[in-house]
Amino acid sequence: MAYSEKVIEHYNNPRNVGQMDKSSTEVGTGLVGAPECGDVMRLQIKVNPLTRVIEDAKFKTFGCGSAIASSSLATEWVKGKTVDEALEIKNTDIVKELSLPPVKIHCSVLAEDAIRAAIGDWKKKNVVGGEQVSASAAVAAN
Amino acid sequence: MSTVTSQPEVPAGVKLPLYMDNHATTQMDPRVLEAMIPFFTNKFGNAASRNHSFGWEAEQAVDVAREQIAKLIGATAKEIIFTSGATESNNLAIKGIAEMYRERGNHIITQVTEHKAVLDTCKRMEKQGYRVTYLPVNADGLIELEDLKRAMDDKTILVTIMFANNEIGVIQPMAEIGKLCRERGVIFHTDAVQAVGKVPIDVNALNIDVLSLTAHKIYGPKGVGALYVRRRNPRVQIAAQIDGGGHERGMRSGTLNVPGIVGLGKACELAREEMQSETERLTAMRDRLKNKLESNLDFVHINGSMKHRLPGNLNMSFVHVEGESLLMGINDIAVSSGSACTSATLEPSYVLKALGLGDDVAHSSIRFGLGRFNTTAEVDYVADKVIDVVQKLRELSPLYEMAKEGIDLTKVQWQAH
Repeated sequence: MAYSEKVIEHYNNPRNVGQMDKSSTEVGTGLVGAPECGDVMRLQIKVNPLTRVIEDAKFKTFGCGSAIASSSLATEWVKGKTVDEALEIKNTDIVKELSLPPVKIHCSVLAEDAIRAAIGDWKKKNVVGGEQVSASAAVAAN
Repeated sequence: MSTVTSQPEVPAGVKLPLYMDNHATTQMDPRVLEAMIPFFTNKFGNAASRNHSFGWEAEQAVDVAREQIAKLIGATAKEIIFTSGATESNNLAIKGIAEMYRERGNHIITQVTEHKAVLDTCKRMEKQGYRVTYLPVNADGLIELEDLKRAMDDKTILVTIMFANNEIGVIQPMAEIGKLCRERGVIFHTDAVQAVGKVPIDVNALNIDVLSLTAHKIYGPKGVGALYVRRRNPRVQIAAQIDGGGHERGMRSGTLNVPGIVGLGKACELAREEMQSETERLTAMRDRLKNKLESNLDFVHINGSMKHRLPGNLNMSFVHVEGESLLMGINDIAVSSGSACTSATLEPSYVLKALGLGDDVAHSSIRFGLGRFNTTAEVDYVADKVIDVVQKLRELSPLYEMAKEGIDLTKVQWQAH
């Protein structure tokens, strides 16, 4: 399997490897995939409660080079975006950026799933009575 | 985070890329090539030409090769049939025996970790009305003799069990299988591709009736193999699968590949002469590799029996690291992985799954195949590099982190995709 230069580059120098405190309300964690399928991604985002901007992102991935590269790229892309902007990232964008061959498209799907799962987790933590906590309400509650 | 692709110092005498995948194929021994060369050029005769010296010269060379091959497995020269390789040998053996003994019965017994050349041939026989039993293997990768006994019935005509496995190198209990087959009057065929020239084989002592072998696994050329077919006690008959000039006692028509056959013969001769010293050398190197990896890494798993195993084989899972990503990090070393990502089918190794290992362990497996041209310096380089890359990839692995925290990964609700 010949990898694109970008996949090799991310594999050799993965961005934003690590973990953040899962219990923090500012942190959303997405754990997707399964060991028996050969890939598991954990993507975490730290969201500013006032601006809803993703200020930091971390990942760890068990998987092939393309899976590692896809998640590494995903952390780079979500950083600085608002939660809603990050939800716009499509797996096809990752395929294009990394020139993934057809057999590796599932790696990009997993990365998109990881972003959505992390945002979903963050939203769940920050919902009160079915309503999204607004910035002002959150401040007022303090 | 430092870069994953590791750059340990390359010791003197180690040339990259480094080949340690000798179950896939082997580098041809220069002595084999030397023996072959004349038969490409001035000694070009057809071994079937009976009326001139060109033909006689070729035939004589083929006869020498037959002797060399026979001697390696305790057979006689007349019992050696030349083929294009082990896939053809396995096809000829199974199809030819099934066809020839159809009157006697329609039941074939094999086992689940056979090479596809045997499994797919058996599947075809099922479509043609034969009954096939696929014996399971235990956690060591070996069949249970009780299972074989139970599977045999009065319709069983053939038992085909590989000598040594191509992925995990485990050696099946050949003497016991042979004895059982002989007692029941069932023909015993073995795909001995990985074992020939690596471990002592005596077809009479082991009661083997039919045996497949190939040149390119024993430092010979690709595209040439042989089938041993027992001629007496009992005489085994095989229905030809290729029609033509009636070469090879009518069992395999087609002009003989004389240079290839000369190479196969020479390869067998060298393997026999050097088997004892090679076994000692390879076992020492394999154990050195195993010990280095085991003492420097946690969560490693040896796949298959260490006791009943080819000297040059090591199959190890580096749990919580995916095999293809590991291969990518050690890209100047040629080894194989049982990971799904490295297979055309995107399924993890069926051999490793048959041992009862979870798919996650199969995904993490690496097969090291040591051979005649590997050195201890190479073993050390490979060990250092694998250790380095596994450690780096584990820093990246959420599974390793969870396992270290004591989380039982089998209890996690995964989102399979």
